Amino acid sequence: MIDIKQAHKIFNKGKANQVNAINGVDLHIDSKEFVVIVGSNGSGKTTLLNLVAGSVLPSSGSISIDGNDVTKLPDYKRSEWIARVFQNPLSGTASDLSILDNFRLAAIRTKVKGLSVGINEQFKKQVKDKIATLGMGLENKLEQPMGTLSGGQRQALTLLMSVMDTCQVLLLDEPTAALDPHSAKVVMETADKLIKDFNLTAILITHNLKDAFTYGTRIIQMGEGKILKDMPSEKEAALKQNDLFDWFG
Amino acid sequence: MDFYLATLVQGLCFSGVALGIFISMKIFNIPDITTGGSYTLGGAVTGMMLTHNHSAYTVLLVVIVAGAISGAITGVIHTKLKINALLAGIIVMTGLYSINLTVMGRSNIPLNNIPTLFSLINISSNPNQNTFLVLLLFVLLLTLIIGYLLKTDFGISMRATGSSETMIRALGVNTDAMKIIGLAIANALTAVSGYLITQSQGYADINMGVSIVIVGLGSVVIAEVFINWLHITSIWLSLSLALLGAIAFEFAVAVTLDLGVDATLLQLVTAIFVLLIVGLPRLSFKTSS
Repeated sequence: MIDIKQAHKIFNKGKANQVNAINGVDLHIDSKEFVVIVGSNGSGKTTLLNLVAGSVLPSSGSISIDGNDVTKLPDYKRSEWIARVFQNPLSGTASDLSILDNFRLAAIRTKVKGLSVGINEQFKKQVKDKIATLGMGLENKLEQPMGTLSGGQRQALTLLMSVMDTCQVLLLDEPTAALDPHSAKVVMETADKLIKDFNLTAILITHNLKDAFTYGTRIIQMGEGKILKDMPSEKEAALKQNDLFDWFG
Repeated sequence: MDFYLATLVQGLCFSGVALGIFISMKIFNIPDITTGGSYTLGGAVTGMMLTHNHSAYTVLLVVIVAGAISGAITGVIHTKLKINALLAGIIVMTGLYSINLTVMGRSNIPLNNIPTLFSLINISSNPNQNTFLVLLLFVLLLTLIIGYLLKTDFGISMRATGSSETMIRALGVNTDAMKIIGLAIANALTAVSGYLITQSQGYADINMGVSIVIVGLGSVVIAEVFINWLHITSIWLSLSLALLGAIAFEFAVAVTLDLGVDATLLQLVTAIFVLLIVGLPRLSFKTSS
């Protein structure tokens, strides 16, 4: 599904503050794989995710998604395949817009945003039913601005929004980092359920080793812009949580 | 003309500026100074074309296109060259001064006995009332179009661009293009204001746009006070408030002049007035919290 070949990303090339964020990464991710990426700060996890999403373009190397070469494609054109959940709950939803408006945009992620009014009673009902599955009581607050909701609620809604339109790849960049433990649990469980229900290919970045251990079918450790360890699903089962802690030793 | 009717007409003429600034500032969070230039451009094109015997309808189309182009240029400078929006606006506004002077050929074009939009359409036999009614219909139509636009999928994407750029890019919208289109729409509306005021006051002048940004800002700020105060989320209400803001603003200025304040001090009074509307809510906020 995702193929990264010899990817390099250098920021501020040739200047005193040059950073080699990604140093030759080769990575193949199969369809329906749920990859968890761990690694210390500055190891290149987020840059790697941004390379897949297209918000950062590689200095060299190539990236393809579902057989299409997307190396030079900007992020807004990759939305055809990719949905994203950001670390900051404010980034994944528009505060000034109502919940309904946010969902409308998510429902036409892969389509042209045209000059017709897309929000009708049928659409409202569809969104309402979807939001009701979260059990957060938000289904009766569709007209409320997103900005009035808590970070946990917004992350959960962002997740739901990602499957409003056809979605193949879900990118999760530390989605629970800004949340309290309870909200974090709800968001991770929702993510896991959606990934299974919709047969998504997913990449999750996390600093929470318990999540890394609990979720996913493959675990990757990054360091200094390279992939240090890559454990496929069958080995991950044998992996002990303590081994993960040792990785950071 | 009756004092209040004249002020009302003036306020209605400024509705394009109010809607334009509403779009650039409230929706896109971009402080757009191009306004001063595109407003005069609207007036200049109107003055030049009407005196060359073009119909007011043809002129309207040209004015919209001209305004849109000037806004799009600011948008391109801001997004593609990554230049601060304020600076991009100032650059385009400065350049437009020469363009406007070239279009007009002189610094002032009077429209004596030349048919205008207000003489083409006859609703009332009283010319002053006729101007008011035509304007009212025109502004109503303009607001309906913009209000509808902001309700469409395209409009929601526009609003999201100003609210969360990361989100809307991830949802497949080219935010640079969106900002360029947004500024084009905003300045087309501003140019329409120039078109209306030129015909209502009977002349185009190269310096007509000097304090127009403050009129637009004042209108939107007045609207914003009510939007925040009453927690308004409806687009229609927000747009209507921006229009009422323009009229309220004109009335405040007119009343000040009527009270005997020297016309030389008009700009100072306007500036202080806007400062008061912007500043007072914040001051009272501080003492209460």
